[in-house]
Amino acid sequence: MKDYSEKAGVAMKIMIDQHKCVGSGQCVLAAPDVFDQRDEDGIAVLLQDNPGEELHREVREAAQICPAVAIALVESAEITR
Amino acid sequence: MTETLPAFPMARQCPFDPPPELDRMQHEARISRVKLWDGSTPWILTRYDDVRDMLKDPRVSSNSDLPGYPHISEGAAARRNRAKSFINLDDPDHAAQRRLLTSDFMVKKMEALRPRIQQIVDGLIDDLLAGPKPADLVEAFALPVPSMVICELLGVPYADRDFFHRISRTIVARGTGAAESVAATEELLGYLGDLVDKKQSAPADDVLSRLAVEQLGTGAMTREQVANMGLLLLVAGHETTANMIALGTAALLENPAQLAMVRGTDDPKLIANAVEELLRYLNITHTGRRRVALEDIEIGGQLIREGEGIIAANDIANRDESAFPDADSLDVHRKARHHVAFGYGVHQCLGQPLARVELQVVYSTLYRRIPTLALAKPVEELDFKHDMAVYGVHSLPVTW
Repeated sequence: MKDYSEKAGVAMKIMIDQHKCVGSGQCVLAAPDVFDQRDEDGIAVLLQDNPGEELHREVREAAQICPAVAIALVESAEITR
Repeated sequence: MTETLPAFPMARQCPFDPPPELDRMQHEARISRVKLWDGSTPWILTRYDDVRDMLKDPRVSSNSDLPGYPHISEGAAARRNRAKSFINLDDPDHAAQRRLLTSDFMVKKMEALRPRIQQIVDGLIDDLLAGPKPADLVEAFALPVPSMVICELLGVPYADRDFFHRISRTIVARGTGAAESVAATEELLGYLGDLVDKKQSAPADDVLSRLAVEQLGTGAMTREQVANMGLLLLVAGHETTANMIALGTAALLENPAQLAMVRGTDDPKLIANAVEELLRYLNITHTGRRRVALEDIEIGGQLIREGEGIIAANDIANRDESAFPDADSLDVHRKARHHVAFGYGVHQCLGQPLARVELQVVYSTLYRRIPTLALAKPVEELDFKHDMAVYGVHSLPVTW
């Protein structure tokens, strides 16, 4: 279990199902600081799996427009200290 | 019962809007049936959420060999029997073939092509400005830009463009009969097969060479499979973007306030946004995305039986108010990236990162370099592609 406690506010955990990914590149365009594509086959990879809150809106858009429904998000609000 | 069903595809009335009949269906019934050229009566979905839900559902198939598959024309049905690429396969076969190409079209690779695309666009505008006016923007610019780019990417000689443009027009025309459609397909497959043989003996740095060496050379794919893949990439790689360039220009010239915003900005984000909005608004892929139910499924409260055809009308889905408020207005500032102009689900357009870069370069360059660009005849007199599977304008006479 990851410790999100250093960040105030909402934490976000991202998971990509690389088996489902079809390499459309939609996530890279929506959130370029968070998603990239593997050189060998264009399949999506994460540049970070626990992005700061300023990136959450972009990441939600990426998950929403992914044509293969390959991006899962877990968001939790309880992490404040 | 089937006598009263509306025939599909329907004709547009306004050249930039989907057919009014589809708009009526979207508002009146969540799901209904239409009648195709062969008398078959597939279901049609017109609402944004339903279109997306269906296209991502693994219980529907893209397999055009299935009896219920809703072919869009006699020619398309005949051609699909002859030449089948991964867009008409289901997973896992679809994924296995598509993954051979995803790296070729990935975002960073297309970004790396941007300077070369800019050079092509600038060169064609130089030639246009040096030539007589009025000029046909389709012939002089809209068709050459994506044709040159896809030729370089695939390794197809641009000198052969008259040949493959002719075949492409035949394939895309909805009135093309079975025999003519198959003959045109065979002709292009023969050409591409020969080209792949040449690539295998003398490979260069292009997609067809890589497929020739890595797939054909190892026995992983047959010569015919590689040629089929080449045909898909070549036709889809120029036909679509060419129409977006010409039709997008016509739409912007008819919406001067929007054109002024595109012409006046230095912000690549606004240009990228304008591209998404024009894709959403214009809907050049106007014959729907087509599937067959693999089992009994329920959509919108309606039971769809195994084996029945389903058409996802992505054009009218892009005008659904629930997803795009004030959907019928062109607004280059709108957030429109969730449009379904490239389809949705695992078959969503492979080449979309390329199309985006091409259109961004074109829209950010053409109207700045030719600020007085204007239609040389009224929009009502333009010859729109109501008769083609990919919508656009046959020619676009412009002056400056």
